[in-house]
Amino acid sequence: MSHDFLNASFDRRAILKASLLAGGGLALEALIPAPVRALGGVGGKPDTVVALSAFVAVAPDGVVTIVAKNPEIGQGVKTSLPMMIADELDCAWSQVRISQADVDKHRYGEQVAGGSTATPTNWLPMRRLGAAARAMLLEAAAAKWEVSSGELTTSKGRIFHAASGRSLGYGQVASAAAKLTPPELTSVPLKDPPQFTIIGQRIVGVDSSRIVQGKPAFGIDTRQPGMLYAVYEVAPAHGGRLIKADVEPVKRLPGIKHVLPIHGDGDPDKGLADGVAIVASNWWFANQARSKLVVEWDLSASKGHSTSVYQAKADAAIAAGGGDDLRRDGDAAARLTTAARQVAARYDYPFIAHAPMEPQNCTACYRDGRLEVWAPSQNPNEGLASLEKALGIASERVTLHLTRAGGGFGRRLLNDYMVQVAAIARSIPGVPIQLLWSREDDIRRDYYRPGGWHSFQAGLNAQGDLIAFTDHFVTFGDGKTTARAANFNLALPPAGLVEHLHFTQTMLPTVITTGWLRAPASNALAFASQSFLDEVAIAGGKDLPALMLSLLGERREIPAPDNRPAFDTGRARDVIERVVQSSSWTQKPTQSSRGKGFAFYFSHRGYFAEVVEASVSAGDVAVHKVWVAGDVGSQLVNPMGAENQVRGAVIDGLAQALTGQAIEFIDGAVQQSNFHDFPLARMPMAPEIEIAWVISDKSPTGLGEPALPPVIPALTNAIFAATGTRIRSLPVRLKTA
Amino acid sequence: MAYRLNVNGVVHQVDVPPEMPLLWVLRDELGLVGTKFGCGKGLCGACTVHVDGAAQRSCQLPVGGLGQAKIHTIEHVGETAIGARLQQAWLQIDVMQCGYCQAGQIMTACALLGRTPKPDRDQIDSAMAGNICRCGCYNRIRSAVRIAAGIERAGSEEESGRVA
Repeated sequence: MSHDFLNASFDRRAILKASLLAGGGLALEALIPAPVRALGGVGGKPDTVVALSAFVAVAPDGVVTIVAKNPEIGQGVKTSLPMMIADELDCAWSQVRISQADVDKHRYGEQVAGGSTATPTNWLPMRRLGAAARAMLLEAAAAKWEVSSGELTTSKGRIFHAASGRSLGYGQVASAAAKLTPPELTSVPLKDPPQFTIIGQRIVGVDSSRIVQGKPAFGIDTRQPGMLYAVYEVAPAHGGRLIKADVEPVKRLPGIKHVLPIHGDGDPDKGLADGVAIVASNWWFANQARSKLVVEWDLSASKGHSTSVYQAKADAAIAAGGGDDLRRDGDAAARLTTAARQVAARYDYPFIAHAPMEPQNCTACYRDGRLEVWAPSQNPNEGLASLEKALGIASERVTLHLTRAGGGFGRRLLNDYMVQVAAIARSIPGVPIQLLWSREDDIRRDYYRPGGWHSFQAGLNAQGDLIAFTDHFVTFGDGKTTARAANFNLALPPAGLVEHLHFTQTMLPTVITTGWLRAPASNALAFASQSFLDEVAIAGGKDLPALMLSLLGERREIPAPDNRPAFDTGRARDVIERVVQSSSWTQKPTQSSRGKGFAFYFSHRGYFAEVVEASVSAGDVAVHKVWVAGDVGSQLVNPMGAENQVRGAVIDGLAQALTGQAIEFIDGAVQQSNFHDFPLARMPMAPEIEIAWVISDKSPTGLGEPALPPVIPALTNAIFAATGTRIRSLPVRLKTA
Repeated sequence: MAYRLNVNGVVHQVDVPPEMPLLWVLRDELGLVGTKFGCGKGLCGACTVHVDGAAQRSCQLPVGGLGQAKIHTIEHVGETAIGARLQQAWLQIDVMQCGYCQAGQIMTACALLGRTPKPDRDQIDSAMAGNICRCGCYNRIRSAVRIAAGIERAGSEEESGRVA
């Protein structure tokens, strides 16, 4: 299975299906003759804790240990996936202890934080694991009491036999249960939603208490006996290679233990970048010593990879027109020429960085031919593959522990830091090494959300209806495939909703590493397309909600041309109508320079419509309130986390537009370095955010991403409503220099 | 250089150069990893500690200039009445997503409530503006400060916006 699971062309339905199969497979495997064995350190007394499966263990006192399999990056999955197990196990949440799984695809299947996939791919498998463990406990109790298991009921970790008035705790039959043959997972009965006692409750994150006390939780908090701290100096420009380094002056500096020039494999994506490692007794020593390094780099490949050059090439490509066909429905060109009215506009957006608060880091120790790693990675199995590819360390020789990650946003789907620390640790056997990047390293060596350009044209009939639509997309790639996360979306509205449509694409080559940023592709495409459709709506005498509703038409499912999830126009209509109502859309602000903007987007299986109310004063934009209507299916697993994901996504999107975020290059060298020139949102810009959930009858889906894309065009459309100035380029810059 | 540092009421002896920032003494010399590294330039507030009761960026404090100052970190904040209220409020409404910045947020909030027991919204926003939360938990941070100050009830969501 491809690990480029977020990539443009990836088959989301196929992956979902495969993941469900893998989930079922792993779950079956996990329950295969679960030996009654001691599980040290997972709660209760080590010699008496009984494992019912790889995911569930029960101690005699009733404490249930549930394994959280996926990386926790702040999306709440370390809490929400165990909630699914615990609910079907029918224990009380207060009985539950959570244990973070190491990386082991044979035991746990997919362990990834990306694509808002955890909820949809685990909703049934996790519940079945809990239900199977409950069934085994019931069967053991039935045997003990010599009654039929059908006469037994459970509640809060106890089993009841109403006829005889007897009851016992799960811990009292766990040993007997573990000797039983696990039930068939696909047929184990599951609760009806009204019976849920944990799913749907507001559950506090399982690490929250540790965090407010400052206890170790994150990758950077890893401490091992005798551990040393490392920095890794790489080329000052993307595409640079190491020629030679003079390390002797650095070796004599205070605290410095090792200085290691490392020649990598030239693959910045899954391999090892060239660099010089400095290893010290304290990270500050290592970082200070960098200024004394004398390194000669080959920067020839970086030449010409500048923001201004990319801009000029994009201008030329758009002026030339054409591009490769992505999608052609009907005859848009002919309809445009005969349209009663034409609207045309160009949109663009810059490269931006992820900048999670915890800088990239990883800890590793190479000992006796084996590597032990502590990693805050979103995609650790990909990290194992990279270790094998770049360093020849087979995954059988690696023990990989997952730590909590201080934010991910897609950055930690790439594992460059893991390969780097492994290369350093292998050179210093027996010594644990913690590699930590500075913030400047993090900003300058990101896998950026790539910039892009759109040239749109729309044709309207005499009634103001949209009848033809074209987009020439200029992006990055090698001419055959787009760079990572530089892809288009073939189902981008109004595709499938208008008869005559033409999407074309031109690729510009780049040496800049690009990657998936929260709601990849969608975070940019939503801005460009929903802003332009706002122009189209106004040109046709409508507003954007009305235009979208008229385009959506009757309730139906539209299959995506590239096997992504089908688009349900009814679910789209429902969230649009809901936010129109909740935001009192038709009531416009009466104050001058204040306006409301709307946008809708469908991504990562989630349907979101959002309204922003903003005002502009002396070029400064203030966001007063955001209304969100979202449909992620029939059930919020943990509303406490769900609301946080939505509010965080809204603030993330507002920051992308309003704080001036843009990564710029001169000959491959990144011009930004820290939060003074790559600013993030701060508290004063956080508006009130009102959330309305539209509960549909569809299976629950994820929330890490889909609330983000519509907020940016809702904001820029609000700025237009407030000022008459159309924002066609991000970040928003209203002040005249 | 040998320094005697008073951290969380315990005097520690460390032998480091005078220009080493307090952050790296705490993390890599004393093993107090609750204080976080975010930017190294005093821009994000993740490394906030209390120096004689005032919120300071430990990445910008050379250890040689600390003298006899009493330093307190997130590991100790629960020992104070305000700190314990803040921790409780943070958990009541589960403020955090990734949680990485929260130690710094709590330390800044603790200093705020120490000097302004009942802050209004502008006072909260202004005091907290130096602490970045990349996950965007600002609505809940604001509410948690108000809950700890006794001016908002958990669950009322006065500052966050309604949920339907």
